[in-house]
Amino acid sequence: MFDLDLWNEIISALKKNRLRSFMTAFGVFWGIFMLIIMSGAGKALENGVLDGVKAFATNSAFFWTERTSIPYEGFQRGRRWNYENTDIQYILENVKEVEYLSPRLFGNQQAGNNTIRGERTGAFNVYGDYPDYFKIDRWTPVKGRLINEIDILQERKVCNIGERVVEVMFAKDEDPIGQYLKVSGVYFQVVGIIHAETEINIGGGKKEETIIIPFSTMQTTYNYGNVVHFFSVTSKPGTKVSDLEDKLKTILKNRHKVAPDDLQAIGSFNIEKEFLKFSALFLGIQVLTWIVGIGTLLAGVIGVSNIMLVIIKERTQEIGIQRAIGATPAVVIKHIVAESVFLTVMAGYIGLSLGVGVLELLNQILLNANSSGDGMFFRNPEVNLTMALSALGVLVVSGIIAGLIPAKRAVSIKPIDAIRDE
Amino acid sequence: MIRLNNIHKSYEMGSNSLHVLKGIDLNIEQGDFVSIMGSSGSGKSTLLNILGMLDNYDKGTYHLSGNLIANMSEKKAAKYRNDMVGFVFQSFNLISFKNAMENVALPLYYKGVPRKKRNQIAMEYLEKLGLKEWANHMPSEMSGGQKQRVAIARALISQPKIILADEPTGALDTATSYEVMEILKEINASGITVIIVTHEHDIAAMTRQIIRLKDGLIHEIIRNGELKQFQKNYMKELETA
Ligand SMILES: Nc1ncnc2c1ncn2[C@@H]1O[C@H](COP(=O)(O)OP(=O)(O)O)[C@@H](O)[C@H]1O
Ligand SMILES: [Mg+2]
Repeated sequence: MFDLDLWNEIISALKKNRLRSFMTAFGVFWGIFMLIIMSGAGKALENGVLDGVKAFATNSAFFWTERTSIPYEGFQRGRRWNYENTDIQYILENVKEVEYLSPRLFGNQQAGNNTIRGERTGAFNVYGDYPDYFKIDRWTPVKGRLINEIDILQERKVCNIGERVVEVMFAKDEDPIGQYLKVSGVYFQVVGIIHAETEINIGGGKKEETIIIPFSTMQTTYNYGNVVHFFSVTSKPGTKVSDLEDKLKTILKNRHKVAPDDLQAIGSFNIEKEFLKFSALFLGIQVLTWIVGIGTLLAGVIGVSNIMLVIIKERTQEIGIQRAIGATPAVVIKHIVAESVFLTVMAGYIGLSLGVGVLELLNQILLNANSSGDGMFFRNPEVNLTMALSALGVLVVSGIIAGLIPAKRAVSIKPIDAIRDE
Repeated sequence: MIRLNNIHKSYEMGSNSLHVLKGIDLNIEQGDFVSIMGSSGSGKSTLLNILGMLDNYDKGTYHLSGNLIANMSEKKAAKYRNDMVGFVFQSFNLISFKNAMENVALPLYYKGVPRKKRNQIAMEYLEKLGLKEWANHMPSEMSGGQKQRVAIARALISQPKIILADEPTGALDTATSYEVMEILKEINASGITVIIVTHEHDIAAMTRQIIRLKDGLIHEIIRNGELKQFQKNYMKELETA
């Protein structure tokens, strides 16, 4: 129930002790302000980093080959080997856990300027891919279209190019779509300009400097035979990609006469694992924020309790008088605690609002500084409601404690001693 | 209504103990007007505080209206104080950040009387004491006599059976002191027991019974009839001084 008299009592008592009330409030204000700012900043870092990777399929795994490290079935150790087209067939037919499978060929990247168009030349990363690749590592067409199944079937000499390729190989007013690029001696028609949605990079080099051509075209045009350099797979929902990764490794080793216990012959990694590492990192940041924030808050609360003690000591006589004229200990305690809670919550609320305000301001500044939002590692500083509310809860409880200690002390002495206190 | 039987009280200070009251026997009836006298440090305030349940005693018994006052919870003591006694102090002891009316109304706040009602009653008491115009003034804006009248109004508002006043005129000049004593006389005339502590003979002479403390005991009690004699002696004391 709202007790107007109680509020009048509290407000007039606080007004009387203006400076002290302010100082009391400041500790708490600062604690909660810092908590909000720190957790917002931590969250912003998380958003910034995760935005760069979140479009990447987290259920994906990647495989390449290395030289064998164990002699097996008549082969020496140190053998070079490759995946083959039949592996694609076999996996798609026999491993039900696979959602998408995309083989890849790496073009000759050490060749220097491998791309020519009239006077213009450039060194780019050339890959032969299946369309499914775009589902694993998301790319979107800025203009034109992505490589598709028909391109694969008909082994068309077409390509998708990154934004940097456009800059280097075309004049500003030219439309690259339909134009031809000579890549490692063969002409390819540009059918789409593509933009990478993630900053995870497989195969090295900048993503804007990518040229993707159909896998089949690359295999025949450049005489790779039936060699596959690299596999990207995603697991179906319900299957852990780590399990799939292990299973595929076993199958691939078996198919290529690689020792089952050869740990070096297949290089692989899965994004799920990397994601877990990231998640752990950000969880760590959040936990740290909480520890430091709560520590600061606690210091604020202890400050409140201390200052309340001083205030109550200074008001000993006043409290003695109140008791002489009929105030029960319960009433005295209620007043002091209400005063303390009021102070802490007020201060906390101001700290909360100001903290949120500062984060919002920061966000605006960041947005203005970089309107595209790409490549920023500090993005969207935000406060979560749960945290704000629990901080407020902590404040109320700590306000009660901060008030209770001096209040108990105030009523523990005899009223006459309180009145005599000068 | 007040029955003290062999009351002892000591103050402990570290290892020493100061035996202040050494066996006080005293009866005070409803409607009495009593002054407690004695030299400084003789235990006058101590006795008054015990009567007002602001302090406890070590030995003996204290009955107030037939109830034994001993080992009470502070909650119960607060209720007794609020119902039975009104305090008036030498240094007024008003709450500095409340105006006259709010100060007077405060005991009713602790009794749970609604704001409007208690402020209205407070105004009535202030009017009785001639302070109606001062209702909205803060204590710091008032003279000593006015503050003491506010304190008396505050003591009266809960309609106590007893008014306890520790040197109520101690901080006032003679004229103002007499005004305050007139007010206390009127209060007593309305049937309320009034007990004051004073070391001034002329003030004590305005009461109807004087209790003189000496060495922790009641040295003498001068009753109504003997007061004339006391006054004569007192005049003599003044002349020889
Ligand atoms: N709280 C206390 N602690 C210790 N000694 C006290 C306390 N209160 C009073 N005294 C001592 O007890 C004696 C009686 O005090 P008091 O009752 O105030 O005397 P009076 O009011 O007659 O001057 C004095 O010597 C005083 O110093
Ligand atoms: Mg005294």
